[in-house]
Amino acid sequence: MQEMMKKRAKELLASGEVTRVIGWKKNEFDYDITPAVFTSAEEIDRDFIYDDFCGVNLSKFTFQHQKNDTKTLVFLKPCDSYSMTQLITEHRVDRNALYIIGVPSYGKIDVEKIKADGVTGILSITSEGGDVHVHTLYGDKTYAKYEVTSERCLNCKSKMHPTYDELIGFEGEVMETERFDEVAKLEAMTPEERFEFWRGELSRCIRCNACRNACPACTCETCIFDNNDSGVAQKAAADSFEENMFHIIRAFHVAGRCTDCGECSRVCPQHIPLHLLNRKFISDINKFYGDYQAGAEIGQRAPLVNFTKEDVEPDIVAKGGKA
Amino acid sequence: MNNETLIPVVGVITEVKLDTPDIKNFRVVGRDGKKPFAHKPGQCAMVSLPGIGEAMFSITSSPTNEEYMEFEIKKCGCLTTWFHMLEPGQEITVRGPYGNAFPVDDAFVGKDLLIIAGGVGLAPVRSVINYCRHYRDRYGKIDIVYGSRSKEDLAFYQEIVDEWMSPDEKDVNVHLTIDREQDNWDGHVGFVPNYVKELNFSTDKTVIMCGPPIMIKFTLAGLKECGFDETQIFTTMELKMKCGIGKCGRCNIGSKYVCKDGPVFRMDELSELPDEY
Amino acid sequence: MLKILRENLDQLFALIAEKETLYIPTDATSGIAQFKKWEAGMKMSEKLKTSRSAKDFFFPQTEDLVSFKTNGRKIDIIDPRTETEDFVIFGVRACDAKSFTILDRVFLVDPVDTYYKNRREHGTVVTLACSKPAETCFCTTFGIDPTEPAGDVSAWLTEDALYIKAVTEKGTAFVESVKAIAEESDETAVEAQKAATKQILDKLPIKNLKTEAFGGGKTETYFKSEEWAKLSEACLGCGTCTFVCPTCQCYDIRDFDTGHGIDRFRCWDSCMYSDFTKMAHGNPRLSQKERFRQRFMHKLVYFPENNEGIFGCVGCGRCVEKCPISMNIVKVMRTLAKEEEGK
Repeated sequence: MQEMMKKRAKELLASGEVTRVIGWKKNEFDYDITPAVFTSAEEIDRDFIYDDFCGVNLSKFTFQHQKNDTKTLVFLKPCDSYSMTQLITEHRVDRNALYIIGVPSYGKIDVEKIKADGVTGILSITSEGGDVHVHTLYGDKTYAKYEVTSERCLNCKSKMHPTYDELIGFEGEVMETERFDEVAKLEAMTPEERFEFWRGELSRCIRCNACRNACPACTCETCIFDNNDSGVAQKAAADSFEENMFHIIRAFHVAGRCTDCGECSRVCPQHIPLHLLNRKFISDINKFYGDYQAGAEIGQRAPLVNFTKEDVEPDIVAKGGKA
Repeated sequence: MNNETLIPVVGVITEVKLDTPDIKNFRVVGRDGKKPFAHKPGQCAMVSLPGIGEAMFSITSSPTNEEYMEFEIKKCGCLTTWFHMLEPGQEITVRGPYGNAFPVDDAFVGKDLLIIAGGVGLAPVRSVINYCRHYRDRYGKIDIVYGSRSKEDLAFYQEIVDEWMSPDEKDVNVHLTIDREQDNWDGHVGFVPNYVKELNFSTDKTVIMCGPPIMIKFTLAGLKECGFDETQIFTTMELKMKCGIGKCGRCNIGSKYVCKDGPVFRMDELSELPDEY
Repeated sequence: MLKILRENLDQLFALIAEKETLYIPTDATSGIAQFKKWEAGMKMSEKLKTSRSAKDFFFPQTEDLVSFKTNGRKIDIIDPRTETEDFVIFGVRACDAKSFTILDRVFLVDPVDTYYKNRREHGTVVTLACSKPAETCFCTTFGIDPTEPAGDVSAWLTEDALYIKAVTEKGTAFVESVKAIAEESDETAVEAQKAATKQILDKLPIKNLKTEAFGGGKTETYFKSEEWAKLSEACLGCGTCTFVCPTCQCYDIRDFDTGHGIDRFRCWDSCMYSDFTKMAHGNPRLSQKERFRQRFMHKLVYFPENNEGIFGCVGCGRCVEKCPISMNIVKVMRTLAKEEEGK
C-alpha cells in the first residue's frame, strides 16, 4: 500500500499535476507519526510512510498548506475523507485546489493502549496479520491487533470515501457499529452519576487546546475563547464551572458538523474521552431528526441548520430528550 | 508575608486632559494624595482597571515632579478605550516602577542631547526632557525633533509651546513637523526621518529616540548615514507584557526581557537581539 | 540509609499524612498516572511518570494573585495570600526534581515570586529513583542521573523494600519522622538497582542526544536557520508541549468577574499560542514558525545564556509522548545540530 502511494505521489509530482503532497512522516519511534508536506521525489522516498500508526487526520492540514495557484495532493483515510467533505461543504477549503487520493484504513494501533497496559521501553512495534509484536527493553509482548486498535477504529462507522479523485485499494462500505453503546451507558446513568463522571474526566483538563486545534470541525479563524472582545475569553478555567464550559461549548459548536473522526480523544494528553460528548450529540440528532452523518456528501444540509415542519419541538429538552 | 510586586496599589485619577483627538493625559496620585511611588525617566508602570485588564505604560511625568504621576494614553485597544471613558475621581490600580531607565545620571551627563519622537512616542522621552530641563546645567544643548500626523495630533503641544519653546529656556531647540500641509501651520511639513537628515545635526550628540517602528527604522538608517554610531543612540521599546518582572515570558526577545532588561536599549544592544520586535 | 518494607508502605503514607498533606502518584481510570492527595487505601502508581509534571505543586495551572472589590469609583485591593500548609510530594522522578531548580531560577530571583516561594518553602520533595526508564527518556542528556535523584529525600523502591536517604535539612527532618517504621540498612540493594538501571540507560534510543551544539551565544547560529519552517510545518499551535513540560513557566494574568468582585488570577500560558505576543497594534510573531522557534530557542539558547549554561529542558520525554503531531525538542535538537555540523 505504502509503495503504491509513494509511486502515485511521485508520478503526480513529476507530471506537474500537483506541486505538493500532504502525507505522513515517520519520527523517532515506530509509533510517532508527523503530518508532512512533501515537494520532491527524494523527500517522498526518504520520509513518506503509511502504516498502522498513521492515525493523524490530514484533512485540516490542507488549510495551512493548500495554495490556490497549484494543486495539492492529500491522502485521506475514510474518516479523514468525511472530515474533508464537511470542510468542502462549509467552504473552508477549495476543492479545485486539491487532488484527493482515498486510501483504505484497516484500523490504527493506539500506542496509548499498549502503554496503559504497563508496557514501557518500547523499541519497536510491528504488525503482522492479526498480531502486533511489541519489542521492549524489558522483554517482548504480542497482542491480538483488536486489543490495541484505537477505540475509534474498533467502532469504525465507514470504510467508504465520500470525496476523492482517485482511490488506491478497494472502496469500502458504511459499517454497522456499536459506537453509541458508550453513549447509551452514559444515558443510563442518573444525572448525578453523569455529572460526577464528567466532572471527574474534565477535571484532568489542562486547557492545552489540542482537541480544538486538531479538530477538523473547529475552523474559526479566532476561537471565541481566544477573542478578548467576546467577553468569555479564557485561557484556563478560573473555576470548575468554566472548566466544563469550554468542552460543552465546543461540543455544541461542532454539533451537526462533527463527523466523529475521533481526533479530539486521540490528541488529548490527559486521556479525556471527549469524543463521547460529540457522539451524544450525533446520537441525539439521529434520534430527533433521522439518521444523519456529517461529511457524507458535499453540500448536504445538516438537520440543525435546516428547518422542517417535522422537527422536534424545543420542549424536548425539558422532557429530558423523551418525545 | 513578604511584599509582592504583582499586587498593585490604588491610584486615584485627579485630572484627565484630552491632549489630541485620540490621546488623553491622566494625572494619578495614591489614596493619600501623594505620588504612588518614585521612578526614573523612562521607567514604566503597570496600570489597570480591574475587570478590564492591566497594561504597561511609560510614566510620562518627570521624577522631579513630586506631586503626581502622569500617563499619556492613546486609545487603541480594549483597556485604553476604557481609560478614555474615565473621569477624575475614578480609582485605578498601579504597580511599579518597572524596567531600566534612560542613563540620565551617567551616559547623558555633559552631552548634547538630540531627542527624536513621533506621535505618542513623545510620552516616554518627555520624562527625560523635563528631567534634563530641571537639572539644566548637567547637560549640553538639547535638540528636540518631534513629529505627528497633524498639528492636532502633536501631544503636549501646549507644554511644548509654553515651556520648551519659551524664550527663557537655555539652549533648548524644538523642531516640530507634521506629515501633511494644513491650515494654521507654518512650521515644517514632512516625516521625522527626513527632517532629522535635513537638520544635519553634528554627530557628537547623544540620541534618544521613540516612536512607531517604521519611524525608528528610517531615522536610524538616516542617523547612521550622517555618521552617528549605534552606541550613541538610545531607544525605548514596547512589547506585550503581563508581569513586568521578567517572569511571565511574553516580552522575551533573545536572552532579554523588555520589561526587566529594557525598555531602554542602546541601539548596539538592540542590534544583537533577534529581529522579533 | 533507612529501609521500609514494601508491605509497610501504606503505614508509611499514613504516618506522613498524619502530620502533613501527602501527595502520591496514582493511576487514573483512563490509564494515566497523576499526583493525588493520599487517602487510606490509595495505591501508588507503578508507572514511570505522571502525565502532568509535578510543577503544579509550586506553579499551579491557575491561582489567584489578588482580588478587587469595586464600589462606584472606589477600588479595594484584597491580598488573597495565605500561608501554605506543609506538604510532602512523594515519588517525584529525577527529571521533575531537577525542573524545580530550573523554576527556582525564574521565580526565586529578585523580585521573588512570593506565591511560588511560599509553596516551595512548605513542600518536601521525596524523589524516587527510576528503575524502568521509558524509550522517551533522555534526562542523561542534561546531566541528570535518574538513579540518584535529588530533592529533599531520595528514595529507591526495590522488589521488597523502599530505601530512603535525606539530602537536605528538610529531608533530614522527614527521615527522622518516619524512623519508627524503618530500619537501618546498607546500600547493597540500592547499588544493585542502580547498576541494573544504568545498563538500561545505555540502551535507551535517545541516549546519544547531545547538547554541545547549543547554549548561550548561539542566537545568531540558529535564529535564522532554514530548518524552522519545516520543523514547525505541522505544528497545531496548541499548548500540549508547554503544559506537560516541567520547566515551561510562562504565564498569563487575567481578570475574572465573579459577580461579587474581580479575581485577578494567573494561569499557564504558551508561547505557542497565537495571541501570546499580540498587542492592540500588532503582533511581532505572526506565524507559527516564529512561535515554535521561540519555544525551542528559549530552552536551548536564551535560558542557558542567562543561567550559566543550564538548559530549559530536563529530558522527561513528556512532549515526545504527548505532542499530537509528534514534533518535539529531540527532533529539533537533532535537526539543528546536523545543519550546523554540515555548514
